[in-house]
Amino acid sequence: MLTNEIFEKLKSEFGENILECNDQQPVDHFIVVKSEKLFEICHTLRDDDDFLFDYLMSLSGMDLNENLGVVYHLYSMKLKHKLVLKVMVPKTDPKTPSVERIWRTADWHEREAYDLMGIEFTGHHNLIRILCPYDWEGHPLRKDYQTPESYHGMKTSS
Amino acid sequence: MGLLNRLDDPYEGGGIVLGKIEDILNWGRSKSNWYLHFGLACCAIEFMAMNASHFDFMRFGTIPRTSPRQADFIMITGTVTFKMAERIKILYEQMAEPKYVISVGSCSNCGGPYWEHGYHVLKGVDKIIPVDVYIPGCPPRPEAFQEGMIKLQKKINEQAIFNKRKRLKKEQSDDNK
Amino acid sequence: MGELKRLDLEYNQLTSDKMRLNVGPQHPSTHGVLRLEVVVDGEIVTEVIPHLGYLHRSFEKYCEQMTYVQVIPYIDRMDYISAMNNEWVYVMGMEKLMGLKVSDKVEYIRVILAELNRIANHQIAVATFGLDAGAFTPFLYYFRDREHIIWVFEKLSGARLLYNYFRVGGLAADIYDGFKEDCLNIVKRVRKTNEELMDLLILNGIFIKRTANVGILPPDVAISYACSGPVLRGSGIKYDLRKDEPYSIYDRFDFDIPVGDGEVGVPGDCWNRNIVRVREMEQSCRIIEQALEQMDMEGDVKELVPRRVKPPAGEVYMRAENPKGDLGLYIVSDGTDKPERIKARGTSFVNLSVIPEISKGYMFADLILILGSIDIVLGEVDR
Ligand code: SF4
Repeated sequence: MLTNEIFEKLKSEFGENILECNDQQPVDHFIVVKSEKLFEICHTLRDDDDFLFDYLMSLSGMDLNENLGVVYHLYSMKLKHKLVLKVMVPKTDPKTPSVERIWRTADWHEREAYDLMGIEFTGHHNLIRILCPYDWEGHPLRKDYQTPESYHGMKTSS
Repeated sequence: MGLLNRLDDPYEGGGIVLGKIEDILNWGRSKSNWYLHFGLACCAIEFMAMNASHFDFMRFGTIPRTSPRQADFIMITGTVTFKMAERIKILYEQMAEPKYVISVGSCSNCGGPYWEHGYHVLKGVDKIIPVDVYIPGCPPRPEAFQEGMIKLQKKINEQAIFNKRKRLKKEQSDDNK
Repeated sequence: MGELKRLDLEYNQLTSDKMRLNVGPQHPSTHGVLRLEVVVDGEIVTEVIPHLGYLHRSFEKYCEQMTYVQVIPYIDRMDYISAMNNEWVYVMGMEKLMGLKVSDKVEYIRVILAELNRIANHQIAVATFGLDAGAFTPFLYYFRDREHIIWVFEKLSGARLLYNYFRVGGLAADIYDGFKEDCLNIVKRVRKTNEELMDLLILNGIFIKRTANVGILPPDVAISYACSGPVLRGSGIKYDLRKDEPYSIYDRFDFDIPVGDGEVGVPGDCWNRNIVRVREMEQSCRIIEQALEQMDMEGDVKELVPRRVKPPAGEVYMRAENPKGDLGLYIVSDGTDKPERIKARGTSFVNLSVIPEISKGYMFADLILILGSIDIVLGEVDR
């Protein structure tokens, strides 16, 4: 299925929760959805017979200056089609539903996005830092991140 | 310098070498070094190749140990991150004296490719433990490992064992004069 | 009779306290700096909690500070055992973004190098897996052969491990005279050693006893955890991007996709994951032979390399079949000469996440084998 067909079908089911479909990009087309109904949308994407997206290739956190974003790259093992799904969350209250119960691989990906970007996934069973030390401060991949002077008495600059 | 070289200069027709006990002890120490391999990143892969058939690191008399308590020197191969740095310090402190440190690769020498924006990389392992031999390279070639090992052996060979404190005092007073 | 019953009851009431063990972060059999917190009940593993990040080298932050060309060395350092493959994914993504079409000669050289690196990677994987199971000899054999592959790479790029050889639109340098013969020699060697190792390690009774029926990963769990590469194929799923979504020129070659078929043990156990790697080496040999035959030596490998890499604004998700599984790179460009964001979907990162699931209920010694059979490299897990 092509991205715009998926978009039409999702639109008929979820109405205004599906925001836009971008097929102008040079390479990858994507669909932007609202974060409120994300869990239900993802559930449909996995279980509906037309979609069957059972393989979450990647989940990336993004810093889009005024917003934060999460990008889901989906793939279907049976139907061999792909989809790029995006949600935006405001920087002041970066919360979006967790899809960990739909694709179990999302567990670590979401922890990573939380660690490096500071996006909070509601409903995640164990949302703690994964790469940085547990007592690290700040979210390093944000554009406005300032590297701390020292960590446990060790200087971070050379 | 080496003990065996003196055999070329035989005393009373050969077979006898005159020397200090210190020399023979150091000779033994330098030729049988057990090491704790602290493999961290890409350099450790090169070190694995070094350990395998082609380069045969064990010909230096080195034997890999997995416990710091049995090791004579520690080999830091790879990028030291902050999360890891504290563990390195603990392991180093657990080693018995005399102990040596070889730092392998640009990363553990100075931060290597990650020196500038690496928010989570320690810029050189010498910030937390003293280093005896630095081996440069990213990753160092096996030949560089060999060179580094020879450097360490040389260093051990020249060390004082007996009356260290007395000699140190004498050196200091010599320096002061 | 009555007495026996009472004994039974008492036995059931016996509880042993669970113990928390710490494996790593510096442990020879964690394949790097992984730390596992293991809860054991006697010898039986009841829970595994991985702690990552001991090699977190801020790769993604670096990408945002570097120009597109400067990113390539950092890509090398992600999965440092198969650096050629990593570079290839990146340059393919960039070429897709910029709309470049590289010449046939470049494609053939890239395929050959990628397959050679696949062999080198699998040699390390099988060798260290043997080490985990207690077999030291295969390690020496495989490293002897790997050295020949490294020499070819060294002659081409000047480096032994991290090559920085691929360029957007081409390669850093042309191949040398005698490249063909060297490759054919390697193929011969690899085949010979694999044959030897079949008896020495793979079909060895002790090895089978240790690895068969251990750490079984059912296919549906594998897909839910998005496993890929030999881990997924070991569970009997025929999924290989080189066939399913042929990129580059893989549609011109004739090769098979080996899967774990349960010849020994059941599909999805450690033995099957391992045998996939051994058989893949043979398939790589076949691809190399065909590529060498079809390749045309004429042409310039640098003619398309742009002076300045400046792709149009846009984004691309590129993935390719790396030795460990599919590596995905999500490249976002904003039209300048520095990437806006590069997210790497580390294969090992994803494959490792399945460890808590499949190691429950096995012996502690088996945990090491399960970890070895997944073939992780921590540079890619922590990035
Ligand atoms: S010095 Fe280079 S090869 Fe060694 S660990 Fe650092 S990046 Fe890797």
